Amino acid sequence: MAGKIELSVNRTQHSVISDGEASLLSVLRNEIGLTGSKYGCGEGQCGACTVLIDGFPQRSCITKLWSVAGKAITTIEGVEHDGKLHPLQEAFLADDALQCGYCTSGMIVSAVGLLKASPNPSVAEIVEFMQGNICRCGTYPRIVAAIQKAAAEMGGGR
Amino acid sequence: MARWEDGREKEARLKPGPTGDSGVAAAEVEFERYEMREGAVHQFELQRRDFFKALGGGIAILVAVRAPLATAVAAQESGGRGRRGSEEIPETVGAWLHVGEDGGVSVFTGKVEIGQNIRTSLAQAVAEELRVPLASIRMTMGDTEKVPFDMGTFGSRSTPTMGLQLRRAASAAKDVLIDLAAKKWGVERDKLAAEDARVHDPRSGRTASYAELATGQQFSQTIPEEDPLIAPAKWTIAGKSIEKVIGRDFVTGQHRYPSDTALPGMLFGKIVRPSAFGATLISVDAKDAKAMDGVTCVTDGDFIGVAAPSEYLAAQAAKRIHAEWKSSPQPSSDGIFDYLKTHRGKGQDYDEPKPQVAGSIESGLAAADVKLQQTYAVAYIAHTPLEPRAAVAEWKDGALTVWTGTQRPFAVRDDLAQTFHLSRERVRVLMPDMGSGYGGKHTAECAIEAARLARASGKPVKLVWTREEEFTWAYFRPAALIEISSGATHDGSVTAWEFHNYNSGSSGIATPYDIANQKIEFHPSDSPLRQGSYRGLAATANHFARETHMDELARAVKMDALEFRRRNLKDARLLAVFEAAAKAFGWSDRKKEAGRGFGIAGGVEKGGYLATCAEVRVDSASGEVKVERLVSAFECGAIVNPEHLRNQVEGAMVMGMGGALFEAIEFADGKITNPHFAQYRVPRFGDMPKIEAVLVDRKDLPSAGAGETPIMGVAPAIGSAIFDASGVRLRAMPLVPKGLKTAKA
Repeated sequence: MAGKIELSVNRTQHSVISDGEASLLSVLRNEIGLTGSKYGCGEGQCGACTVLIDGFPQRSCITKLWSVAGKAITTIEGVEHDGKLHPLQEAFLADDALQCGYCTSGMIVSAVGLLKASPNPSVAEIVEFMQGNICRCGTYPRIVAAIQKAAAEMGGGR
Repeated sequence: MARWEDGREKEARLKPGPTGDSGVAAAEVEFERYEMREGAVHQFELQRRDFFKALGGGIAILVAVRAPLATAVAAQESGGRGRRGSEEIPETVGAWLHVGEDGGVSVFTGKVEIGQNIRTSLAQAVAEELRVPLASIRMTMGDTEKVPFDMGTFGSRSTPTMGLQLRRAASAAKDVLIDLAAKKWGVERDKLAAEDARVHDPRSGRTASYAELATGQQFSQTIPEEDPLIAPAKWTIAGKSIEKVIGRDFVTGQHRYPSDTALPGMLFGKIVRPSAFGATLISVDAKDAKAMDGVTCVTDGDFIGVAAPSEYLAAQAAKRIHAEWKSSPQPSSDGIFDYLKTHRGKGQDYDEPKPQVAGSIESGLAAADVKLQQTYAVAYIAHTPLEPRAAVAEWKDGALTVWTGTQRPFAVRDDLAQTFHLSRERVRVLMPDMGSGYGGKHTAECAIEAARLARASGKPVKLVWTREEEFTWAYFRPAALIEISSGATHDGSVTAWEFHNYNSGSSGIATPYDIANQKIEFHPSDSPLRQGSYRGLAATANHFARETHMDELARAVKMDALEFRRRNLKDARLLAVFEAAAKAFGWSDRKKEAGRGFGIAGGVEKGGYLATCAEVRVDSASGEVKVERLVSAFECGAIVNPEHLRNQVEGAMVMGMGGALFEAIEFADGKITNPHFAQYRVPRFGDMPKIEAVLVDRKDLPSAGAGETPIMGVAPAIGSAIFDASGVRLRAMPLVPKGLKTAKA
């Protein structure tokens, strides 16, 4: 049954009326209007919907709304700070690590989680961590390069 | 009749007409039936007075395209006096642009952006010819109310056709601006030059901005296609690696894709699908769903759908609808190739394909020292664009507006008009830059479904197909059965080449090799699955079979695979990419070691020349095949944006790996049995080899498209490399869905 749920998204409080069983993705996109997180499969298999929950990448399409009440949710819209792009966003642009860009939000948010856990990841670590994110346009090698570039930019470079 | 049947019937009705894309490509590119095209020439509705009203004064240039149903429109005098009076625009406008009183350049094209970066490359082409900064260009794409008719974004035509039209429009606009300055200053026009959005008079030092010159004008001109252009060798904006325009919106989540469209009061749709392809509805009970607050149910023939205030409620409502379907036994993926060979396509009213014949196969075989006969197969695969089909439909005063992801906005508009018995003028389709297509988004199903639900509920409705729907109710790349019979002499000359493609199509079916005796034929089959366009169409299947067979022939005559190609090739452009790929790959220095193998393949398609080298490692114990390295050399004339081209070539290689190694649609009795990413494996990070794209820039040749052709060499190069590593010849795509052992058995 629908009820009021308090959400903290990108450091802003939102009060939404929704069924707690609804997916976080659907509420982010349709109730709060943050459409940067994408629907790709609804099954947790492609990573296009990835958001950070208390700093950890999660698939918002299979995350029930009730489970994230009161937790800190970060979407792609919250990655940029005060009009300044995150080094990952800069690197994706500079390395042309996208074509249609539909996977890009999920890629960048996942990579934010990766660099938080491992500021200086090897290619093998990047591949393992990002294995659940699909880019049908096939820009994987560029994404790996962009993540390494951003890691170096952020001071984690070897 | 089931909607599935409707869709299939409609495909079969599509008739190859005499025209190509926008009516100009007919002579250059052979289209095939699976491209889903139509031959009509459409009226460009926007009238001269309307566009000046919408955009303010300035300079407008329209490009008339050659089309069989209209005579070419001659260059018009200033004032835009068309053949039928000053207010009328010729029927066959392909594109137009407007230089406004603020100096802004508005470009209007029916082509759409789906990740191939033509929003950037077409803007570059305009900036180059018009001599303006890229930032002053606004591209309006794929909005049927604002742009001239376009058949669709497919067939690698955007760069060679639309790129050329826009360059010519920009060039003409520059000439008009120079004329205006010449008149204003009372000097000869050829003493003036244009640069950086200004006209300069080098002798007096006077300059005037385009904005000044355009102010107070209401000038329109229709030009033919043949205007002088800046030679690629002199390009300063085109030919450069310019970052994706509006790229920032994509990395910040701000870009609005079709599925991100939202309207006030919008409902969310959900369709209740039949139990199988071709199933008919026996009974439906929707009373539980109808009892839900705010839910609209539509049951109309075999169409069952709901619209609800949230996605969650729409899904709940759809679950509460109890439908009973009746389906009949249908062919399955097991045994599909025999089925395709024995079930000839029927009921089609298109021209029957004719075999291409040269010389005599019999005498060619008689002259051969070595003869080979082999059969190749290619499974049906799905496009799986990461953004599924999506549409938002809104009815207002009997007119329909739909935002949707499609490669053919005008075809979707026409389908909507036909479905809802509206005139075309009452339907508008908008296509925001979408989450890819790969040839998979040519049809209108989702737009029609959203519009049905919106009409029934009296509110705007958004419908986004689920991944399972996308896997099931879209259409597939055709499966292929290909039989080749050939002969060669000991010195490596191919003397006979007989090639039969069943079902998959005729793209890339011709051999580029110089063979005196050939017979090449496409045989349409009665496909049990709905099939259509896919990046490269049948060229991937035809190249897989042809290039694999060439590798087999080379081995049969004990010749290096590259040397064997040299021996049989006269096409200098193809030879050049073979050499470029081999050089970058180190083909002649490759080191043979246990479990490691190398392969090479190439071809020509849609004006692009390609060669691909592959290196694989095969673990003999586990049967695991790992592609370690792919190098492709690609040449498509003068390069417009090197970095974006490189990205396209790399991406095509990655996508090609999926079909080459493991992608296959499985089906039985009208059901897709692997409609999820967990079951249908697409390439991921862990599958990546080292990938290298070698770009051959030919500034002396016209630019060709590049989105499709680089996919074609991957499978045969990998297959030949697997043989080189293991001695196992694989002749079916996907090559190793479960590793090499299974493939061997």
